[in-house]
Amino acid sequence: MLKRGMYTRVKAMLVAACFFPLWAHAQQGGSVGKPGTALLFVLLAVLVAVLLAAFFLSVSVSNLVEKRRGRTAGSQKQQLQDYLTNFNSQQLRKLLHIAGEKRKGGQKRVTGLVILFLGTLHSNPLLAQAADTKTNLFSETGIIITITLILVPILAAIGIMIVKLSAMLRRQRNREELDEAEQLAAYLATLTDEQALQELAKRKEALDYQLTHTELSGQQMSADNKGLISNVNTRSSLPFVSPKKRALKRPNIDPQLSRLILWYMGCAAFWLLFGTTIGEYLGIKFVSPDADHISWLSFGRLRPVHTNAVFWGWASLGMLGLGYYIVPMVSNTPLASIKKGWYALWLINAAVVLGTICLMAGINNGGGEYREYIWPVMLLFGLGLVLTLINFLQTIARRKTKEIYISNWYMVSAIMFALTITAVAYIPTWQNGLGETIIQGYYMHQGVGMWFMLFTLGIVYYMLPQQLNQPIYSYSLGILAFWTQILFYTLIGTHHFVFSSIPWWLQTVAIVGSMGMVIPVVAGTTNFIMTFKGAWHKVAGSYTLPFFLVGIIFYCTGSLQGTAEAFRSTNLIWHFTDFTVAHSHLTMYGIICFFLWAGMYAVLPRLTGREAPQVTVGAHFWLALIGLLFYTIPLMIGSTLRGQMWIEGKPFIETVVHMAPYWLWRAIGGSLMWLSHIFFAWNFYKMISKPETADIKELALQQLEVQTEATIH
Amino acid sequence: MEFFNNHIKLFRTAFFFFAGLTLLVAILPALNNQQINKPLPNAAVMSEDATRGKQVFIANGCVACHTQQVRNVDMDKTWGSRPSVAADYAAITRTDTWRNTATLMGTERTGPDLTDVGNRQPSIDWNLVHLFNPRAVVKESIMPAYPWMFRFTKELAKGDVVVNVPKEWLGGKEGKLVAKPEALQLVAYLQSLKQTPLPDGSPTPEFLYKRKQETANGTAAKTLDGAAIYTANCQSCHQANGEGLPGAFPPLKGSPVVTGDNLELYVNIILNGYDARAEYGVMPAVGTNANLTAAEITAIINHERSSWGNSAKEVSEADVKKLMDLVKLKAPK
Repeated sequence: MLKRGMYTRVKAMLVAACFFPLWAHAQQGGSVGKPGTALLFVLLAVLVAVLLAAFFLSVSVSNLVEKRRGRTAGSQKQQLQDYLTNFNSQQLRKLLHIAGEKRKGGQKRVTGLVILFLGTLHSNPLLAQAADTKTNLFSETGIIITITLILVPILAAIGIMIVKLSAMLRRQRNREELDEAEQLAAYLATLTDEQALQELAKRKEALDYQLTHTELSGQQMSADNKGLISNVNTRSSLPFVSPKKRALKRPNIDPQLSRLILWYMGCAAFWLLFGTTIGEYLGIKFVSPDADHISWLSFGRLRPVHTNAVFWGWASLGMLGLGYYIVPMVSNTPLASIKKGWYALWLINAAVVLGTICLMAGINNGGGEYREYIWPVMLLFGLGLVLTLINFLQTIARRKTKEIYISNWYMVSAIMFALTITAVAYIPTWQNGLGETIIQGYYMHQGVGMWFMLFTLGIVYYMLPQQLNQPIYSYSLGILAFWTQILFYTLIGTHHFVFSSIPWWLQTVAIVGSMGMVIPVVAGTTNFIMTFKGAWHKVAGSYTLPFFLVGIIFYCTGSLQGTAEAFRSTNLIWHFTDFTVAHSHLTMYGIICFFLWAGMYAVLPRLTGREAPQVTVGAHFWLALIGLLFYTIPLMIGSTLRGQMWIEGKPFIETVVHMAPYWLWRAIGGSLMWLSHIFFAWNFYKMISKPETADIKELALQQLEVQTEATIH
Repeated sequence: MEFFNNHIKLFRTAFFFFAGLTLLVAILPALNNQQINKPLPNAAVMSEDATRGKQVFIANGCVACHTQQVRNVDMDKTWGSRPSVAADYAAITRTDTWRNTATLMGTERTGPDLTDVGNRQPSIDWNLVHLFNPRAVVKESIMPAYPWMFRFTKELAKGDVVVNVPKEWLGGKEGKLVAKPEALQLVAYLQSLKQTPLPDGSPTPEFLYKRKQETANGTAAKTLDGAAIYTANCQSCHQANGEGLPGAFPPLKGSPVVTGDNLELYVNIILNGYDARAEYGVMPAVGTNANLTAAEITAIINHERSSWGNSAKEVSEADVKKLMDLVKLKAPK
C-alpha cells in the first residue's frame, strides 16, 4: 500500500513538472506583452528541457513498474537459480564456507538486511519558492533582466526537482534490489544438499583455472635479438607535463644540405621574432598612441615593416627551408645545387633588411599593401625565388621516382606563381590610375593564396602523412584541390575593392571566385582530416600533430570566413574595419604559422638529432593558440559593431572610442603570441645547440677508447 | 597518367593556366582601365606644395589608416557628395621610376576617409595643431603625432608659420612652435583633397543600400540629435566642452554670438565661416561644405545655446531657414 501511494505521488509530481513551467509561461507571457523572438526561443528551450526531463522520469518510473510486474508474474525460483550460476569464484568460496559451517551444526543466521528506505518524501520547498517569485514585470524597461531573474529560480527549481525525483526513484530501485537479495539469501540458506554443494565446488575449481603464461613461450628466457626495443627509460620521475612521443632517429641526410636548411629556418625564426616584435609594438600604439615620437618608429612606417618582415622574412624563408628538405626527399635524389640555395638565402635576407630600412626611412612603393618594398628591393627577393625555382626543377628532373609527388606540384607552382605576380605587380612602366588598384587587388591576394597557402599546402601533403605514418587519404582530392585553387583563387583579388570605382563586373567575378574557393578548401580539409582516420590516438602522444590539427582547423574556418567576407552584404559591415586584420591573422597565423611550426618541429630533430624540451614546445603551442583567439575574436566582435555604427551614421570619433577595449584585447592577445615566439626561438636554439649535459654512454666510450689507445702505444 | 609524371608538361600546364587567368582578370582589365579613363575636365591641378605634401603622406604610410574612396553605398555619404568614379583617379600616374602609382585608395578606415577632407576641414591652423599632436584637438584620437615636422624657435624669421598649440602639449619646450616645410606641404596636400563636381549633364552614380528614411515632415527636426551633429561637424575645433582651444579656436561657452540675439550673424558664421578675430584661426564654411540642412543647423544652434551653461532661448527651424536664404546671397563667391 505504501508503494502504491508512492507511485501516485511520483505521478503527481510529474504532472506538476509538466504544468508548472506552463503556468510560469502564462505569467510571463501576460506581463511581458510582446517578447522578442530570442526570448521566445529561450522560453521554448526551457519548455523543451522540462518536457524532456518529465519524459525521462516517466520512463524511469514505468521501467520500475514494469520490472516489478514482470517479477511477480515470472518464475521467481528460476531467477534465483540464475543468480547462482552467475556466482564468481570468490562468491562461491564464501557460499561453500557458509554451507560447511552449517553442516558442522552451527546454525548461523544470514546477516539480516536493513531497509533504509524512508518512505516519506520531503516536500520540495524550492518548488514553492519558485512559484512565489515576486515579479514586477509590468514596467517596460529591463524586460530581459526580469525574465532572466524569473528563469533562474524556475530552472533551479526544476533542476532540483529532477534531482530529487531521480534520487527517490533510485532509492526505490535499491529497496527492490534489497528485497530480492533477501529472497536470494533465504534461498541460499536452504542449499544443504551434498550433491549440489559438490557441483558448486566443481564450478569453483573451473572458475579458478588459470594459464601458466608459459604455454606459448616455453620456459626459456626471452631476448631482444633484433634490437626492437631501445631507449627504455628506467629512471623516470613524475613528469611535469605529459610526455609525448620522441622523434625517431632517422638516417642522416647530407650534412651540407642540413646546414643550409638550418640556416633558412634560423633566419626565418629571427624574422619572426623581429617582425612580431614590431607587430606587438604597433598593437600597443593603438592603446597608447604617444608611446614614442620618432619618425622612424611612427605607425604608418612600422606597419608595413611588420607585415613584410613576417611575409618575406619569416614565412617565406621558413617555407623554403622546409621545401629544401622535402623536394629532394620525395624525389629520392640529392638537391641539384646547394650553392644556389645559399645564394637564394642571401638574396632574400638582403631584400628584407634593405626593405625594412627603406620603409623606416620613408621610402616606399606608394601604399599598396604587401607591395610597400620598392622594386629594386623586391628584385632581390625575385632573384632568390628564380634560383630556388631552377634548383627545385633540376632536382625534380633528376628524381628517382616515376611520379612527381603532389607536394612538389604545390611547392614548385607556388614559386612560379609568386614570380609571376611579382613581375606583374612590379614592372615599373605601367599601372596608371585604376590600373594600379586592379593589379593591387590581384597582387595582394595572390601573394597570400598562391605563394603562402599553396606552398604550405605542399608542405602539409608531405609532413602530415609522414608524422601520422600513414599515406595521404586521397591523392585525387589533392589534385582536385590543386587545379580548383588555381582556377578560383586567381579570380578573387579585386574583392578587396568591392564598391570602389573599379568595374562592377570585375567585383562580381571576384565575389563568385571567392564562393568557388569553397571547393578547394573543403577538398583539402577533408583530405587532411581523413588522413587522421584511425590515427587520432596519435595526436595526444605527439607534439607536432597538435600544430597540424590547429592549422587544418583554421585552414577550413579561416578560408571559409574569407568567402563569407567577400559578399556585398558583408562588405557593408566589415570592409575597412579591423575585421580584415583579424581575418588575415586567423589565416596567415592560424594556418601558415602553425603549419610551419609543425613542419619545423618535425624536421629539425631529424637534422640535428636533438629535440626541444617538451614543456617549452607546449608553452609555445598554447600561448600561440590562446593569444590568437584573444587577438582575433574581440577584434571581430568590435569591428562588426563598428561597421554597424558606420551604417547608422554615428560620428566617426564615437566609433574610435568604441574600439578602444577591443584594441586593448588585441594588444593582450598579441603579447601572448609574441611570448610564444620567444619560446619558439628558445626551442629552435635547443634543437640546434649542443646538449649541455653530455651523453654518459658516449663519454664512457670515449674514455675507454682513450685508455685502450694508451695501452696499445 | 603520363601527364602527371612528366614535370615539364605538368608545370608548364599549371603555369599557363595561372598566367592565362592572370591575363584575363588582372592584366587586361588593368590595361583597359588605364586607357579608357580620363580625368574630369574641371579637375584642379595640384599645386607644387600639395604634390610635395603627397610625398610626405606616402612616406609616412598614412594610407595604412586613411582611405581615399567614397564607395557607392549610403553609409559613405559622410565622406563625399558623390561616389568616387574611375575618372577621379585617372590623372594619377607613376610617382617616379622607383615608386609605383599612388592612388592611395586604401583598405583600412581606422581614421576618417580623406577624399573630401579639403572641403570638410579646410582650416590650416586646425590641421597644423592636429598634426603636431592630434590629441590636442581631438582628445579621443589615436592618430600618431608628427612633432618632427615642427621646430621650436626663439626668434621668428620671415615666413615662419607659428602654430598655437596649448602649453600642456609642448612638453615644457621654450620658444615659438613653427611648422617645417613638410608640415605645410602635407597640409597643402590635405587641403587640395576635394571632390571635383561631375561636369554638368553627366549622370551621377547613385549611393546604394539606402538607409531607411525617418518619417519626415516636421517631426524630423525634433528627432535630429544636435549633440551628434555637433560632434561630427564642430567638435574637432570647439571641443566637447565648448571651450575651444586658447589661441586657436574660440570658446562657444558664454560666447555672445551663440547666446546673443543676432541670429543672422550666427547662421552666417556656420554657413560661410568666420575670420574676424586675429587671435584665433580662420573658421571654414562648415555649413556649406557639409551641405547642412536648415533642420540640422537649427539642431546645432539649439544644442550650442543650451549646453555648457549656455541658456539662450530656442530658435525655430523656420527662422533659420529664412536667414539661410538671406545669408546665402551674401556668401563669398
